[in-house]
Amino acid sequence: MTMSAQPPTDTGALAKREARLAWGMLLPTITAVSLVVALPLLAIFWISFKPVSLADLRAPEMVVRESLRLRNDTATLDYRVNNSSRDSIISGAAFTDTVPDSVSITGELPEFCRLDAQLLSCDFGDLSGGFRERYRIDVEVSGDPAAAKTAVEDSVPVIVGDADFVLTNLEFSLENFVRVFNASDFWEVLWATSFYTVFGTIGALVAGLFAAMLLDKSFRGQGLLRGLFLFPYVAPVIAVAFTWVTLLDPFSGSANALLVQMGVVDQPINFFGERPQALIMVTVFEIWRYFPLSFLFILARMQSIDSDMYEAADMDGASPFQKFWFLSLPQLLGILSVLFLLRFIWTFNKFDDIFLLTGGNAGTRTLTVSVYEQAFAVSNIGAGAAVAVVIFFCLLIFSWFFFRFISQEEGL
Amino acid sequence: MRLLRYGYVAAPLIGAVWMPIVATTTAIAASFITGDAYRPALIPSLIWGALLGGVIAAINVTNVILVIMTVFLAAVTLSGFGPMVIGAGMSFPAVVSALVLATAVGWSQRKYVADLPWGGLTRHEFEEAVIRALVGAGYVFFTAIVLIPFYVMVMTSFKSQQALLANPLDFSLDLSRGLDLLSSYTELFGNFGFGGYLWVSFVVSVATVLVTLLFSIPGAYAVARLRFKGQAAFSRSILLIYMVPMIVLALPIYIAFSLTGLRNSIIGIVMIYPVTTIPVALYMLQGYFRGLPSEVEDAGLMDGLSRLAVIWKITLPLSLPALASVSLYVFMIAWNEFLLAFMLLDDPSKFTLTRGIASLNSSEIPRQHLMAGAVIATVPIMAIFLGLERFMTKGLTAGSVKG
Repeated sequence: MTMSAQPPTDTGALAKREARLAWGMLLPTITAVSLVVALPLLAIFWISFKPVSLADLRAPEMVVRESLRLRNDTATLDYRVNNSSRDSIISGAAFTDTVPDSVSITGELPEFCRLDAQLLSCDFGDLSGGFRERYRIDVEVSGDPAAAKTAVEDSVPVIVGDADFVLTNLEFSLENFVRVFNASDFWEVLWATSFYTVFGTIGALVAGLFAAMLLDKSFRGQGLLRGLFLFPYVAPVIAVAFTWVTLLDPFSGSANALLVQMGVVDQPINFFGERPQALIMVTVFEIWRYFPLSFLFILARMQSIDSDMYEAADMDGASPFQKFWFLSLPQLLGILSVLFLLRFIWTFNKFDDIFLLTGGNAGTRTLTVSVYEQAFAVSNIGAGAAVAVVIFFCLLIFSWFFFRFISQEEGL
Repeated sequence: MRLLRYGYVAAPLIGAVWMPIVATTTAIAASFITGDAYRPALIPSLIWGALLGGVIAAINVTNVILVIMTVFLAAVTLSGFGPMVIGAGMSFPAVVSALVLATAVGWSQRKYVADLPWGGLTRHEFEEAVIRALVGAGYVFFTAIVLIPFYVMVMTSFKSQQALLANPLDFSLDLSRGLDLLSSYTELFGNFGFGGYLWVSFVVSVATVLVTLLFSIPGAYAVARLRFKGQAAFSRSILLIYMVPMIVLALPIYIAFSLTGLRNSIIGIVMIYPVTTIPVALYMLQGYFRGLPSEVEDAGLMDGLSRLAVIWKITLPLSLPALASVSLYVFMIAWNEFLLAFMLLDDPSKFTLTRGIASLNSSEIPRQHLMAGAVIATVPIMAIFLGLERFMTKGLTAGSVKG
């Protein structure tokens, strides 16, 4: 007699119910995140292949405004027709409008319009880009002119017409990418991005490590100092960025006044306005603002290191620097590498800080600032999206590293 | 290196390095407080520092000797040959700053080198002394770089335009102006509608916290407790979202909001903010839920409660501290958020505080107004942070996975 000792392999009803419940509970999050993250990412790819500017965001449409004008004895019914887009053609453009009973048309109609009882219909065929015309039709008004006026304005013309909307049509081009890679400052942007990312990350880590070493012992006021060291990170970025700009202003900034008074420099330095110091200063700001983060992590790790080890080292006569180099640092290596990768990616992604400090001028334009610059300052959304795609591919490379190394470290 | 390991070399050297640091710090502090000219003198501070270090290491410094040395150093400083040069001549602030400098140096030097033997040093003794000096320098350095910007922010907001232009270094408060000191604030609240911005920011932040919790609690519970295919992958990949830069997402969001008319509406902002915080909240909460003993919940299930009732009646009351941390952290993110508010809001009646401050950044609006705006945005979040530091720090540590 053979008995299978296999555990059941199929999922039981209970497990299925649990999985269903789990997905149900995750559904809101998944929906929201895919609406705001996944969809926009797809959209970015789509837009990056389209020559689209900020002005093209509204689909081209025929706009018809009608009004009743009364001058002395004559009355005219005015139709102003225009194409909202400067260069897209609207095909099959036509409108129909009901003329109120109190208004009777007496004058001549434009040749493409017909009157059927009180129903006026005009067929324009193709409306060229930037089309703008006014048509006057003589009419006779019976009864109260004011009432007729409102009656005319209340009857909204029904508009038809097809336009080729650049965001939804199926034409693609590589123009944006060509523009991005051929831009004269492309390499400069890459250089600024690398400098900012590498030195900002390392600087914040080193500063955080030093700060953590200062506070890695209990003394009175330790809690206070720890709170104080977190200030730069907790305060709104816009507040601290503008404070730095004010402090380092070349004309009315205190820092320059101080440097001149101390005799360090003769002329005030334009910290955020000139190369190469602007790039260095935004990196320093990045270090200043984010060292608290690495500080917090490293301190937490330091305080969890077993003190037995240090006592043993003391017995063996290790000096303080030896203890740091041979005991603390190896213990901190894990958290340091995790922090390095995370901070590297976020510094790479950082936009607000540079945008607020220099607006991307004076050689501080990083890739993220370039997205904004292209899309909103130059109004070329397509080119902005192309830069975003470049960023995205850089990130794919980073995240490969992330999964390769991080998932083994510290369980993040 | 071996040469350094003698008390008569190390002590003067530490003194010579330490003195310029203290002199510079005192000079900067004195300049920023009084607006007068103070500057460190490099050569004299090296000499005086070395002398002081040597003397303190050589003789047994009692309190009396320390006081005498302090007064002497202060007198030298006031006479113009000390480590710090005082431009304004003899005045009350000058005397105070000279005394502060001398006391700080004397007291700290005694801490650093008094125990140092005069002759040969062991490696241990030498490094201890160096580290004591380095730690001292570290406290001064970090405290200064953190405090100076905030000090400048607050003090500038109290100044008048003329005073700012006359002497950018003068941060002393002119108390004779009385309530006029607050003129930037009355201007902002009166004419620029900052009261409204404050309210909008508050409403948006609270709404963001509520929506985030509403979405992330069930999600976190599912990831932490329920078994389903893809659980591990989900809990790991949720953070991948933070690899995508906000500016990349902001572009399509701007387009979509423009097309649907959600741009320039608080509803739109409240729709978009939580999505930036849900993943991190979910990640923080699922970590906490995992740490809770599942036996309590199993007991509840046995007694006939449904899953949702278990969450509501057992899990949530047990996780109040975590919920507080997450809420504070999310509140902070929403309160400080700038990019989306800047891109999506154009109508001044709907500005959040950060967007309102951005609108102050023009050449027509005086700097002290901008700084007052910065203070208005910073004070509430700082008050919350200092009041609830324990929760906040926990939230920061757990949530720092988000940039």
